[in-house]
Amino acid sequence: MKMTAYLKINDLHKSFYPHGKTLKVLDGIDLEVEKGEIFGIIGFSGAGKSTLARCINRLETSDSGSIELGGTDILKLSKSELLKERHRIGMIFQNFNLFDSMTVYQNIAYPLQQARVPKAQIKERVLETSELVGLTDKLKVHPGALSGGQKQRVGIARAIVTNPDFIISDEATSALDPQTTIQILDLLKEINRKSGITILMITHELDAIRYICNRMAVLEEGKITESGLVRDIFENPNSKTGELFAKVFRLLQSVELTQGGGI
Amino acid sequence: MSLLDSSLWEVIKASLSPDIWKDLWGPIGETLYMTVVSSLIMLVFGLLIGILLTVTNPDGLVPLKASYTVSGWIINCLRSLPQMIMIILMIPVARLIFGKAYGTNACIIAIAASCIPMYARIVESSLLEIEKGKIEAAQAIGSNNLSIVFKILLPETLPSLIRGFTVSVISVLSMTALAGMFGAGGIGDIAVRYGYQRFQHDRLFACVYILIILVQLIQGIGNLVSKQILKTRNLI
Repeated sequence: MKMTAYLKINDLHKSFYPHGKTLKVLDGIDLEVEKGEIFGIIGFSGAGKSTLARCINRLETSDSGSIELGGTDILKLSKSELLKERHRIGMIFQNFNLFDSMTVYQNIAYPLQQARVPKAQIKERVLETSELVGLTDKLKVHPGALSGGQKQRVGIARAIVTNPDFIISDEATSALDPQTTIQILDLLKEINRKSGITILMITHELDAIRYICNRMAVLEEGKITESGLVRDIFENPNSKTGELFAKVFRLLQSVELTQGGGI
Repeated sequence: MSLLDSSLWEVIKASLSPDIWKDLWGPIGETLYMTVVSSLIMLVFGLLIGILLTVTNPDGLVPLKASYTVSGWIINCLRSLPQMIMIILMIPVARLIFGKAYGTNACIIAIAASCIPMYARIVESSLLEIEKGKIEAAQAIGSNNLSIVFKILLPETLPSLIRGFTVSVISVLSMTALAGMFGAGGIGDIAVRYGYQRFQHDRLFACVYILIILVQLIQGIGNLVSKQILKTRNLI
């Protein structure tokens, strides 16, 4: 089956200049993510993962290169066009970033209000989405009363409530315990299967990638050092990071075999 | 009754007598009037300036380095003036607005001029407390800056804003007492005229009680409201 690239990144560069020093965070990124797939990007902290994620919806400005998302040239959008485009891109964060002043219902409804969806439709969409993520009994409470896993469910609901075509998950499960991580990954998988939404998973967790992604890329010091099927990279790594990850992976597997635990 | 010829105990007893308190209700009213009106003016302008400072901050939503630097410099200048000097400086301004340079309303201008810059800084530091991730989440959702300020920034930092306002209202109250020296009336006026100039220490003591009660009340209400909000949000 021939798939079409939904996200196309070409030769993306981004540098920071802390204290007069030049720090090349993204150094010529080329990436293609196909429509409807869950694509993983793995890398150590400091590899540029978050910067890459934030360049896609322009939370971070890029220095040069191009980002095409669903046929739209993201870097060429005007400010008002960008705000509209962002309604079509969901984002999930490691620290959830929910609004404490709002109830769960209001948190999920917020993106719809910002997209000027009519009130009657908002209620319908919020109820639908909260049912999908399994939060119907928590709509009236504030996020402060929720567990980490529940908070991330709200985060996911908030990201998908506007029916976006694309979700950026920036370390969405990194703050969660293993059991909750699996539940959240299952939820993302289910959402992907039901609505065909394309998901870009940015993480440093091997297990998360192995569990949910079909293809992945390894990010190393601002460069994509290899990309392809998850299985191939784990079995036959060609980059420093890939090798290290594969090593850790095998180690974990042997621990699993001897102890019968882990994910 | 004075401490010069009476014991402390006698002065305290006299300070609680109805004779003294019957003359105090008027000044209490003036003090409350000055405090409430000045605080409201401070609230409106302090919030506005505080929001502008936060938004134009180099790391803010609309970084405007020149405007941020200049307004920060002006605020620091205004804040370096002692309250008494601000009252003197505002005399011509009050004369321009009210036609006279003394009285309760004239002093409200001085109090506002002195407390707005302070409150603006307090607002700024409250608003800067917000977790950057929340702003980022709102931006990723596609919110414009106006929505981010009024739907995210202010509501999220509300408990801290209320605590800051409480502190500022207390400082307004203490300045109304000072303004009493400059013909503003109120508790400060009684304390100066009777307590200082005529050695009537019983009246001075009564003024002290009133100020203590008012401060306790203001702080208590501020704490209660901000705590209640945190409780509603399940944050404590």
